[in-house]
Amino acid sequence: MGTLNNEILLQQFTAQFGERVKFVGEPYGLVTVETDRNQIIDVLTFLKNDAQLQFVYLTDITAIHYPEQENSIGVIYHLHSLVHNVRIRLKVFLPEGDVRIPTASVLWNGANWMERETYDFFGVDFEGHPNLVRILNVDDMTVFPMRKEYPLEDPNRVDKKDFYFGR
Amino acid sequence: MQNFPSLNTNTDTNLQSELSTLNLGPTHPATHGVFQNVLQLDGERIVSGVSTIGYIHRAFEKISEHRPFYQITPLTDRLNYCSAPINNMGWHMTVEKLLNITTPKRVDYMRVIIMELARIADHIICNGVLGVDTGAFTGFLYMMEYREAIYEIYEEVCGSRLTTNVGRLGGFERNFNEIAFAKINKFLADFPKVLKEFESLFNRNRIFIDRTRGVAPVSVEDALSYSWSGPLLRAAGVDYDVRAMNPYSSYEDFDFEVPVGTSGDVYDRYLVRNEEMWQSLRLIQQALDKIQKEDPTIFHADVPEFYLPPKEEVYNNMEALIYHFKIVMGEIPTPVGEVYHSVEGANGELGFYLVNDGGRSPYRLHFRRPSFINYSMYADMSRGMLLSDAIINMSSLNVIAGELDA
Repeated sequence: MGTLNNEILLQQFTAQFGERVKFVGEPYGLVTVETDRNQIIDVLTFLKNDAQLQFVYLTDITAIHYPEQENSIGVIYHLHSLVHNVRIRLKVFLPEGDVRIPTASVLWNGANWMERETYDFFGVDFEGHPNLVRILNVDDMTVFPMRKEYPLEDPNRVDKKDFYFGR
Repeated sequence: MQNFPSLNTNTDTNLQSELSTLNLGPTHPATHGVFQNVLQLDGERIVSGVSTIGYIHRAFEKISEHRPFYQITPLTDRLNYCSAPINNMGWHMTVEKLLNITTPKRVDYMRVIIMELARIADHIICNGVLGVDTGAFTGFLYMMEYREAIYEIYEEVCGSRLTTNVGRLGGFERNFNEIAFAKINKFLADFPKVLKEFESLFNRNRIFIDRTRGVAPVSVEDALSYSWSGPLLRAAGVDYDVRAMNPYSSYEDFDFEVPVGTSGDVYDRYLVRNEEMWQSLRLIQQALDKIQKEDPTIFHADVPEFYLPPKEEVYNNMEALIYHFKIVMGEIPTPVGEVYHSVEGANGELGFYLVNDGGRSPYRLHFRRPSFINYSMYADMSRGMLLSDAIINMSSLNVIAGELDA
């Protein structure tokens, strides 16, 4: 096990990227940083290839939707440095009308399906992705169902009561 | 980055080479679910393939945004239904992390027992079916009896068998009774003999070795690049096990080894899973020993604001009824926060990414499902493989259909 901790990790980040990467916090011990779509591939490449950090393992890619924010769709990456056993979370927020971000599948093959899933549910356009098509929903679907504008129906709707169905 | 072979199909210029298309699945028994793979075949050799998961989306992540924490547990059951308790407890531990609940040691040990039993149950199916896919039914029959024994233990602990919904925030709904302990002890006494017999049936079996050794080998680089985890990653030679690396539920108190393979082929994956079953047995035995030293009455943390009161009290005591209602309806305030917690599921790192805004339900919940991520390599790695090997390869990946979807 190496000697990397959150403090050193942040120092490395500041030295490399300065203001281009913003430190958000350490919720439950997990360093969280925010950057923008122009930087994200540089940041991921740095984290993956840096001889000291070695964040070689892409744990997960997903997204989140905050409709009230100006940049409403957030793409969230979780990386893991297996050598040092340190994780990091990266966030990139994108405006709703222009949900584009470069693909991470140039760095990890595993990003391919994770990004397809994120596209399928949030409509994030991963530029340069080799096959950005829906993966769990039907191809001719036009909406991105995990966005907050598609709430689940109210379970108390009266037209779903049994007596309307003769039960 | 692609290290998989690409085939030149025009090797013989005298013959008109023609590719055939084969739909492997979605309804073939060997495809273990509703997976469809459209394969281009040159004779029996796969030239290219495209995987479709199938439109089985059940919208668990969306539904979770409308449910209080307790009502999400049954959803997690249905991810990897072959080892449901691991999902349940992973979810509960995620919420406990958010709520800063510390569980007593005895609860941790009880969880270890249940989770390791679930791991054994899952590996029994995977390795048993691997045998079936090579044409050997006997091992599967021998082993399935013991999955049944594990289900009986679940039944004793929580009343259900497949989708267990076992556990509560802070611990268990009820204590393990004497019958449960007796059943666990009986399992520990009986299963090693069967596992040994299973190993002697397969480990040096000529047909089994010919069908599995050297089939679908995966290098460390590819396994990491595709974000593989669990027995598949370990078979490729990376000793990454969440239990050892980020111990949860007191795994740091236990003495166990992380089996690692060398070539990452189907045979190695089989061996790693088998060895993990032995390690699980060790863990369960240690947990039983440790439980002896703890207060036998403790089976949950003292967190009345999040732990459901006992049913007898709910029926007879107004305070308990109010608490029950408030907990079930998600009326009790929860902290705003963002948690990633992962456990070592039977087929890899099962992660829960929970964003809570203090409301009744998570603002966002994402499941990192190992099967979904592990399966993404299948079409790529099948290239150049014989069709019969592709079948064996699929069963060695242990893809559980419920986990593809979330």
